[in-house]
Amino acid sequence: MGEFVMPSLGADMTEGTLLEWLVKPGDEVHRGDIVAVVDTDKAAIEVECFEDGVVAELLVPPGTRVPVGAPLARFGDGAAAPAVAAPTPAAPAAPAAPAAPAVASPLVRHLAHTAGIDVSTVNGTGPDGVVTRADVEAARVAVPLPRPDTAAPGRRVPASPLARRRALDLGIAIDTVAGSGPNGSVTVADVDAAAAARNAPSTPEAEATHAEAPQQPPTPTVTVPAETSAADRNAAMRRAIGELMARSKREIPHYYVTTTIDLSAALSWMRDVNTRRPVSERLVPAALLLKASALAARAVPELNGFWVDDHLERCDHVHLGVAVSLRPSGLVAPAILDADILDLDTLMKGLRDVVTRARSGRLRRTEMTDGTLTVTNLGDNGAESVLGVIFPPQVALVGLGRIVERPWASGGMLAARPTVTATLSGDHRATDGHAGSRYLAALDDLLQSPEKL
Amino acid sequence: MNTTYREAIRSALSEALESDDRVFLMGEDVGRYGGCFAVSLGLLEQFGPDRIRDAPLSESAFVGAGVGAAMAGMRPIVEIMTVNFSLLALDQIMNNAATLLHMSGGQCAVPLVLRIPTGGGRQVAAQHSHSLDGWFAHIPGLRVVTPATLEDARGMLATALADPDPVLIFEHASLYPMSGSLDDDAGPVDLDRAAVRRHGTDVSLITYGGTLPMTVEAATTLQDDGIDAEVIDLRTLRPLDEATVLESVSRTHRAVIVDEGWRSGSISAEVSARIIEGAFYELDAPVARVCSAEVPMPYAHQLEQAALPSADRVVAAAREVVGAHG
Repeated sequence: MGEFVMPSLGADMTEGTLLEWLVKPGDEVHRGDIVAVVDTDKAAIEVECFEDGVVAELLVPPGTRVPVGAPLARFGDGAAAPAVAAPTPAAPAAPAAPAAPAVASPLVRHLAHTAGIDVSTVNGTGPDGVVTRADVEAARVAVPLPRPDTAAPGRRVPASPLARRRALDLGIAIDTVAGSGPNGSVTVADVDAAAAARNAPSTPEAEATHAEAPQQPPTPTVTVPAETSAADRNAAMRRAIGELMARSKREIPHYYVTTTIDLSAALSWMRDVNTRRPVSERLVPAALLLKASALAARAVPELNGFWVDDHLERCDHVHLGVAVSLRPSGLVAPAILDADILDLDTLMKGLRDVVTRARSGRLRRTEMTDGTLTVTNLGDNGAESVLGVIFPPQVALVGLGRIVERPWASGGMLAARPTVTATLSGDHRATDGHAGSRYLAALDDLLQSPEKL
Repeated sequence: MNTTYREAIRSALSEALESDDRVFLMGEDVGRYGGCFAVSLGLLEQFGPDRIRDAPLSESAFVGAGVGAAMAGMRPIVEIMTVNFSLLALDQIMNNAATLLHMSGGQCAVPLVLRIPTGGGRQVAAQHSHSLDGWFAHIPGLRVVTPATLEDARGMLATALADPDPVLIFEHASLYPMSGSLDDDAGPVDLDRAAVRRHGTDVSLITYGGTLPMTVEAATTLQDDGIDAEVIDLRTLRPLDEATVLESVSRTHRAVIVDEGWRSGSISAEVSARIIEGAFYELDAPVARVCSAEVPMPYAHQLEQAALPSADRVVAAAREVVGAHG
């Protein structure tokens, strides 16, 4: 089988830090299983694998920063793997092997392990009795006290805190270093010696090759401490945003078209619906605006897609990116998948979910990479309009200002109406202002018939 | 000027008595006998029986009298013959001296100075030889200092008398005969900071009081092994000067704490904990400790020496934490 590589989790991502493995050698994995957590400088993202197989070898230890495309693990077809799949050492001679537990995904197994729950004792409620995440959560609640971490770790290398810190800085796996300190522990001098040994065999030839290929990343593994400080994280986030936005403004010839839309029909319909609902299920204006934005993209499909290799690739589905501001500063734009076909309630639930997870830094890979069109909605406290920067490789961005009551002339009469100023930023390589105008007209139309959203 | 630790303290006492009428010295045998360790020899003749007062054999009574005198505006210096006897006065020290400022809502300070000889090594057995300095460092409201040099023996008393709160000065009895040169104009010293007695780069040897000389000796021996040891003299056990300790350990990445007290629940345990809390990621080896054996102090010379920390044990511990160098 193949290699599992550092995925690209966004157009701006050139490298990422492997934060955590959720699988170990010998584990069976299936396409779509979440196998690792990767830090992109913006968020910790759960990454899935794309094939069925057995984990043969983990090539990169947690905390390591590697370029996109670098191999992280090797997968095999499982024939040779059972050697590793030995019975757990802690298990007291079990009364005859229980019927193989319905296979749980690595993420579920990992959750169970950290919670001290034996998956084979969990009642699976998934298809074919598969143990799901919810089952483990339920089992964890049922366990009276979380078991202290009694699971025997594998081989823990005695190493001083300073040595571990240095090893992390230098990208050296601590368990590969021979210890000379008290009780055979690894000291910082041992780590430095190991680093010197690693860097030593740089023959003149090798250096020459390096010189000829200055574009190559110097080494495949530049490590950063996995636990960077909040200030460092914030700086990294600002850098990542800066790089992406600079690239957008450098490469994409933006055009902007703006229109102001009367929201009185949409909002009175929403209020009417809400009077019949409990508070917790009431709709908010953002749900209507996002749904209309997604549907309008279907009406003007040339704005929904990617600019790749000098041509526009349209998308059949609308994965609507939503710009979410982070505290204290920062921005991510995770996508609500298939936003055009979700009903308003599901869309609103999806919005809440994605915002919560974006702020806690646990987004999924597809959410970060699959957005086809992004909306930046300034909300109640925002400005009246926004001319947004397109999120490459997308070709358009919808900017929605605060809902403002304005004097509105209609049918020869003047009235005060709630309105929103909508702006479309378009990529002039892919479309012209005409397409942007049609998009805003479609958005306006949709919002005049809210009951159809 | 060549002098001894004992003479340096006497000189400090003499100066304090001369310069401030409120100061008086009280304790067992401090007057006619000249002090159990001859520290106050000659002071009775010089200052008279009102100011150099022999006390009855009741530590609770005369320490309590000292607390009362301090509250009434005097500046008493009370000597307790050995730290083991201070336990008889523990109620006065902890329940009164350390708490009255708090209990009176800030109205009654207790500017009391207690001088307490401490430590072993003189074959006076299990009721006169212990190092309980660290116990007192547990108590909020007290300042606990441990002069280990001539300068500190000369200079800590004046600063302690100027402090509005109770100060306990622990004088390690083995230091009294220590001689050396002291500046003629040596004067008050601070009671806040630890001192680096020897600079080094490979390991921090952290100690105080009676074990400072052996620790410096150990550092000299280690030099011959190519181990460059830094020696920190804590000087004040409460409040502990954490910053100096952490700064040193952050440079040397290794620490050996030398403490004549028993290891369990000792000031060495506190220093170790502070290092773990404040400099964990700087440590390249576990923190090591050299303490007294956890037995009542033996009388027999060779057993007593075996129970106490020694330069050899400090050297061995330092070699162990430095590892491959040794």
